[in-house]
Amino acid sequence: MNRAPILSVDGLRVAFRSRGRQVTALRDVDFSIEAGRTLALVGESGSGKSVTSLALLGLLPPNGKVTGGRATYRSRNGATLDLAGLPAKQFRKVRGREIAMIFQEPMSSLNPLFSIGEQIGEMLKLHEDLDAAARRRRVVEMLELVEIPAAASRLDDYPHELSGGMRQRVMIALALVCAPQLLIADEPTTALDVTVQAQILDLMRRLQREMGMSILFITHDMGVVAEMADDVAVMYAGAIVEEAGVEALFARPAHPYTRGLLASIPRPDRPEGERLKAIPGAVPPLTALPPGCAFAPRCPHALPACDQPVALEAVLPAHRAACIRASEVMADA
Amino acid sequence: MAAATFSDEPGLFRSLTARPAVLAALVVFGLILVAALLAPWISPADPARMSVRARLSPPFGGAYLLGADAFGRDVLSRLLFAGRVSLSIGLGVAVVSTALGILIGLAAGFFRRLDAPLSRLIDAMMAFPDILLAIALVAILGGSILNVILALSIVYTPRIARIVRAATLVIRELPFVEAARALGSSNLSIMAWHVLPNIVSPVTVQATFIFAYAMLAEAGLSFLGVGVDPSIPTWGTMVNEGRQYLDQALYLILFPGIAISLAVLSLQLIGDGLRDALDPRLAKDV
Repeated sequence: MNRAPILSVDGLRVAFRSRGRQVTALRDVDFSIEAGRTLALVGESGSGKSVTSLALLGLLPPNGKVTGGRATYRSRNGATLDLAGLPAKQFRKVRGREIAMIFQEPMSSLNPLFSIGEQIGEMLKLHEDLDAAARRRRVVEMLELVEIPAAASRLDDYPHELSGGMRQRVMIALALVCAPQLLIADEPTTALDVTVQAQILDLMRRLQREMGMSILFITHDMGVVAEMADDVAVMYAGAIVEEAGVEALFARPAHPYTRGLLASIPRPDRPEGERLKAIPGAVPPLTALPPGCAFAPRCPHALPACDQPVALEAVLPAHRAACIRASEVMADA
Repeated sequence: MAAATFSDEPGLFRSLTARPAVLAALVVFGLILVAALLAPWISPADPARMSVRARLSPPFGGAYLLGADAFGRDVLSRLLFAGRVSLSIGLGVAVVSTALGILIGLAAGFFRRLDAPLSRLIDAMMAFPDILLAIALVAILGGSILNVILALSIVYTPRIARIVRAATLVIRELPFVEAARALGSSNLSIMAWHVLPNIVSPVTVQATFIFAYAMLAEAGLSFLGVGVDPSIPTWGTMVNEGRQYLDQALYLILFPGIAISLAVLSLQLIGDGLRDALDPRLAKDV
């Protein structure tokens, strides 16, 4: 597989203005996604996962701003774009055609007033020059591709006539109809029940194989990560604390936070009566981050030296962690 | 499945006519509309022809079904022709103020930078008493039908603009708008595709009310002598002319007064009915 990164994010910083104060939401976020692969961006609520994806699409709310860093994207015609500093006009050409995004809420992500055929057709109208008949064919093909039964007869269905899982399939069809190179999926299965969730994940994997797009998969569910991701980036308080291949990360986590996350997954083979290990404490508010490692106050391995800033550094080839004791933590696993 | 409850045209019509009062209003307004449209063919006489001998002849007797006015003109014919003008003014104001209101409201609701200046403008216009603003505008513009429509449209535009702005603010933040943006929709296509179709209901209801208000306001302006030129018969100018003969010929203001009341009342009832029929929370039980 082609291993050149399609998107590499380098030192991305995003700040929000809130009641006259500037709050830094992303602190030097680094990661890269290779063509045709899936990177899972994992973290708790408020860790900056969604802000990262919105910043990459130029969709930050008006009080948010990219204050530094680069996000180098290789477009399909081979040109490189810096998404961190792209003017609004150019972003419109990127969204949908180069990078598409699907959201958590399939219930409300579709306009209730238009049929699903019209909505997918509108995407094609926006991005591609096709006549009505060709558009209709593409829409039917796309609905078949996302495994909507009797696709041709469902074109005129309205969103309220579909189940949650079906709507998420329609959303996926909508996002992929212009064959983007990168799909950003922001917790696409969180609102669905478990069996439907598994079907949607299967579908996304199959579509990735067939269409070859890369996926940035945002989730807080380590089970979903294990199932979907090739690579994982773990976020904590607006920064990446560990980045590695999925097997390496699950087998030998190098950051105490990742370790804590993995230990807090319920598993059937856990001895009876043993309690789930929760990470003590809570994520610090972005307005009151500790001076050094943001995780230090909750970290069982913390040393006095942890109040110094710590960078994301390679522990092994292709395994990076932002912890001064990374190799010890890893060896301990 | 649930397709039957989706508010397509026949469903809307059925839920409108399910209420007797609304059905009656539709019938009354329909009759007024048809009568006004057919005025040149159904009116018994030329509305402008004067006859000194017929001066103030009472209704329900002789050649004049609804009597004749101070110049001996047939009141029924004038009533029918006046209806054309009055209804045109109402409709014209409803259409123009709706169009302007949608433009201003969309701009204010959609573009944060324009919100404060446009909203203050709307507030400033709404701070004037309607009729005073209309009088001032007609005084500046002059009393043609078109100018009255323009003046009243300016008066009623803020009502539409406010509703559109409020609805746009809500819709702009809905997930499907964010999703559309994330998939590359432009501002224009989001407005046309996502915002406009979702504000049709409240705007239609309000436009119906403005139709009614505008007819009332036109009558008021004409009554005060600052409406359309007195030579053009409208229900308002008819009331104004009849005012001087109140003690001798009450019917001169009675019939146009009834016409205004019926038209306005039926429009208000239709507006209420539309509001109920278009509200998804109320539409379900039909």
